[in-house]
Amino acid sequence: MNIIEAKNLTKHFDGVLAIDRLSFSVANGTITGIIGPNGSGKTTLTNILSGMIPKDNGMIIIDGVALERLKSYDARRYGIARTFQNVRVFEQMSVLDNLLVVVTERNVWGALFERHGEYHRARVLEVLERIGLRDKQTALARTLSYGQRKLLEIGRALLTDARVYLFDEPFAGLFPEMAKLIVTIIHELKADGKTVILIEHNMELIRELCDTVIVMDSGRLLAEGAPKNVLKKREVLEAYLGE
Amino acid sequence: MDYIIHLLIFISIYAILAMSLNLLVGYTGLLSVTHAAFYGVGAYTTALLMKFAGFNFFIALAIGVVIALIASFLIGLVISKLSGDYYALGSLGFNIIVFTIFLNWQTLTRGPLGIPGIPRPELFGFTFSGNIAYLALSFAFAVLVYLACRFIIGSSFGRALKAIREDEEALKCFGYHTSVYKLVIFAIAAGFASVAGALYASYITFVDPTTFYLPESVLLLSMIILGGLSNLQGSVIGAAVLILLPEALRFVGFPDTIAAQLRLFVYGLLIVLLMLYRPQGIRGEYKL
Ligand SMILES: Nc1ncnc2c1ncn2[C@@H]1O[C@H](COP(=O)(O)OP(=O)(O)O)[C@@H](O)[C@H]1O
Ligand SMILES: [Mg+2]
Repeated sequence: MNIIEAKNLTKHFDGVLAIDRLSFSVANGTITGIIGPNGSGKTTLTNILSGMIPKDNGMIIIDGVALERLKSYDARRYGIARTFQNVRVFEQMSVLDNLLVVVTERNVWGALFERHGEYHRARVLEVLERIGLRDKQTALARTLSYGQRKLLEIGRALLTDARVYLFDEPFAGLFPEMAKLIVTIIHELKADGKTVILIEHNMELIRELCDTVIVMDSGRLLAEGAPKNVLKKREVLEAYLGE
Repeated sequence: MDYIIHLLIFISIYAILAMSLNLLVGYTGLLSVTHAAFYGVGAYTTALLMKFAGFNFFIALAIGVVIALIASFLIGLVISKLSGDYYALGSLGFNIIVFTIFLNWQTLTRGPLGIPGIPRPELFGFTFSGNIAYLALSFAFAVLVYLACRFIIGSSFGRALKAIREDEEALKCFGYHTSVYKLVIFAIAAGFASVAGALYASYITFVDPTTFYLPESVLLLSMIILGGLSNLQGSVIGAAVLILLPEALRFVGFPDTIAAQLRLFVYGLLIVLLMLYRPQGIRGEYKL
């Protein structure tokens, strides 16, 4: 069963064709890697799948339902959570508040009369443990290191209890021990039956983690399949080496 | 003594305005330049209902709040889709529009002549005619508004407001209809401002359009920037300082007329200096 399917997806930014008739599918409960040179449209694809920007053409099918227009606040309803390539935590809020905001009531009136309770706190603490930020609860997010902020973003995504996790270069710029933490988290997500879409440049990690890899180049699908098959293809190597 | 009570009444009224504006600017990051318009809606509604329809102050105040809520809802529908500089400019436009209505709907507002002779509040046969009684009344309202703001900020809703300030687009990805949040907090702030308007009208017993124009909105912004954004006590301090400042000018010997002119000059200078040297204000944790 495919949880996400894209058919002939197209997106351009005045003049630049960022996504060009892209079709692929992601099977439920798998880890799918997306690789491709800078500017090949990987982030744009994440933005479309999370509703942050509208597609021009083509179809997005989530769980068998074709969506005409996905808005970002609907992403949660469809079970999609994401992180951002350039970290976007709530800088002038505490670590705790960064996480509480994704577990508390969304409805305006409900939220106005809700104060966070033990239940919310317990869920947040559990995730803080997983991302190794337990003793940073009261720190403002902007005081965290780059790596810690990336982990905070991952924690925020975990707390949404989504079915699909879009991670846009989560390992970039991280020290090995933090990267290890994220590898563990991705394994745990898979063990939980979740689907992960991972944008990553490190081929070792792609090989280690992914069931399927999608190679993009200039907004197009260049290759798709198991990492061990795809990563040795000549056109893939060429796209990366720019030959 | 009466003079000090008079100043304390003003500080109470401005504390209400500043705290409610802070909900928008400090907590939600929405630079609203139209707060004086809702202050005016409250003042005019109370003035008209009390003077010409004989309404009790508290009922007039409640109706003023309802009208401010409706007006802010309509205005909010338009500007809640905006953010950043566009929000500031859009809201500023509405302050001009509302001012123009106060000025030109002469059959209702008497235009530039204003409305004199607004009665003082009455409750169960007691008239708040003395200034001490009036101070008790406006102080009580200021405390209520303070508690309400505290309640809002401490709620899950309040946390979401801060997240909107930090990164509205990112927050949307987590299932928040942020424009509804922006609309609701805009209306709440407007409701509080109209309470301040009612207190002002019945205290001064006179309203005219110029009190509710852009310079007033800017004055309110300077109060909360001075006190510190996203800090309620800061708003109260900012209100107090800017109310007392022109009095201090008078005190050190400037003639009244010059002190009045100098007042605006000093407000302006203060904003510039704050932006340059202390953008987080006296108590703020957050800067624009
Ligand atoms: N908001 C935007 N406005 C204009 N051009 C954009 C925007 N986002 C992406 N692009 C362009 O689309 C192309 C794909 O970018 P992106 O999706 O960020 O690639 P990748 O993530 O694979 O590095 C690039 O040429 C980029 O300049
Ligand atoms: Mg990218």
